[in-house]
Amino acid sequence: MSDTPAIELINVSRRFLSPDGHAFSTLKDFSLTVRRGEFVALVGPTGCGKSTTLNLITGLGHPSSGQVKVFGKPVSGIDPRIGFTFQADALFPWRNVIDNVVAGPLFRGRAKAEAYDKARDWLARVGLAKFERHYPHQLSGGMKKRVALAQTFINNPEILLMDEPFSALDVQTRVLMHEELLRLWSETGAAVVFVTHDLEEAIGLADTVYVLTTRPATIKSVHRIDIPRPRIISEVRYDETFIAISRRIWADLKEEVEAGTLAAA
Amino acid sequence: MSTAGTIAINQSEIIYAPGTSDAEIEAAAIAASRRHRLLVLAWRLGILAALLSLWEGAARSGVIDAFFYSYPTAIAARLCELIVEGTDEASLWYHLWLTMEEAIIGFFTGSALGIVCGVALGRNKLAADIFAPYIKTLNAIPRVVLAPIFILLLGFGLWSKVALAFVMVFFVVFSNAFQGVREADRAMIANAQILGAKPWAVTTAVIIPSAMSWIFASLHISFSFAIVGAIVGEFVGARYGIGFLIQEARGVHDTAAMYAAIVLIVIVVLTAEWVMTRIENRLARWRPPPTQGH
Ligand SMILES: Nc1ncnc2c1ncn2[C@@H]1O[C@H](COP(=O)(O)OP(=O)(O)OP(=O)(O)O)[C@@H](O)[C@H]1O
Ligand SMILES: [Mg+2]
Repeated sequence: MSDTPAIELINVSRRFLSPDGHAFSTLKDFSLTVRRGEFVALVGPTGCGKSTTLNLITGLGHPSSGQVKVFGKPVSGIDPRIGFTFQADALFPWRNVIDNVVAGPLFRGRAKAEAYDKARDWLARVGLAKFERHYPHQLSGGMKKRVALAQTFINNPEILLMDEPFSALDVQTRVLMHEELLRLWSETGAAVVFVTHDLEEAIGLADTVYVLTTRPATIKSVHRIDIPRPRIISEVRYDETFIAISRRIWADLKEEVEAGTLAAA
Repeated sequence: MSTAGTIAINQSEIIYAPGTSDAEIEAAAIAASRRHRLLVLAWRLGILAALLSLWEGAARSGVIDAFFYSYPTAIAARLCELIVEGTDEASLWYHLWLTMEEAIIGFFTGSALGIVCGVALGRNKLAADIFAPYIKTLNAIPRVVLAPIFILLLGFGLWSKVALAFVMVFFVVFSNAFQGVREADRAMIANAQILGAKPWAVTTAVIIPSAMSWIFASLHISFSFAIVGAIVGEFVGARYGIGFLIQEARGVHDTAAMYAAIVLIVIVVLTAEWVMTRIENRLARWRPPPTQGH
């Protein structure tokens, strides 16, 4: 049981209709396996199908062909073991911080008192205990991301999907958020799929980095990141392995981005 | 809101001498904002006084015909008279209350049903596509042409006016609620679903709150629409009500009474508007303060 992977995509294709009614493929014969507790990063040219891939795993989207499995079972509907952190701000602006964090347990029918206790606990863990009653518009970008992390982690996800969660943050805040994420993740042991355009972010965080081709996306190359944990994100980028891997991934990605621009031109 | 904007501009233009303390700057800002408020108030009262005396003077000196246009002191006197003596049929308060009752019942039923239908159709694309032509057609009917029909169907009493107020309100609220539901943020809906919300919870926790600002925008105009419905209904056929009172006054060429009735209705609508703004502000505490427009 415990050696069934957390996520399997087997020969998955996903087609969309363009506005003029033609079908086009976003994913084609796409296969990906994520082990339990593994931290995977996906990088690839814009529009290649990274968000689409995450959507298939959540069950919000359905593959046109192929199979998507979560813990060995084909995905049907939204799996409660999955958590998702969005690129855009997906907090509920009309709820204050604690009511945002408590949303998941309450949606799942937990008792109110227990849910609020747990939410307070999570707010303390992300360092926002004093901001319970603030509304999202009263928080900085970094604080909102912390709330979003607490909102996601409170459901104890066994799979965590993150779609460019920190792309809107400044560099310093982003590094702080990386350390925060690694700390929270190491306590839970969830499998993570992290989509990003930032290679340093991908290499710094992940066990495995997948480089995707331009649309229709398949996997171009796989890079194991053998940098020991716990990692200190602010220092890891000066590591020699880091620099070597970084150079290799850049080369792969550059080819695809150039192929993409040539195709578009 | 716009006044706050102007104050902000004024402050940013002030350059303080080095060494000015925070307390001094704060005191100066408070004084500046008080001066500004007094100035605005003075201008408003001044303009009001000027317009009223212009009207009064023009009517008394015969520049405009006092018979048709009446004038402020005559209107005020007639209003007092109406308040004290009422009309032949009933007291002024009875007329006013009846019109209010018609408008209020029409407003609440119309907006409640408008919200329910708007949210239901906004959430259900199939139903929305099926009903779209019907709704468009019904919406194309100018509401006031229904007044004689409602009076035929429901009689001269309360309910014919309630029905008219209802249709005046329903479509406005309906289309805003529908639009508000359609504009709900997709990422936010997906977030709720993944956090564990079932469709009903998505509707109550995400869709309705995010449509709320659209709905409130329609409620603001809807109340005056409800009053229009009630009064037009009374014009067409009624035994009591402000519309009836205006109609009666026209019959005996009592222009001062007609204007007095208008003043009364304006006061009522402004009060309702004020109450609604208060409720909205209370419900919308989560919203960032409006960006200060220049
Ligand atoms: N619902 C949809 N209908 C039609 N086309 C879609 C839909 N969703 C995505 N696409 C198309 O699929 C392609 C991949 O989109 P996707 O959002 O997965 O890209 P991405 O890799 O996440 O890009 P980015 O890095 O810019 O976020 C795009 O060309 C997009 O236009
Ligand atoms: Mg994307």
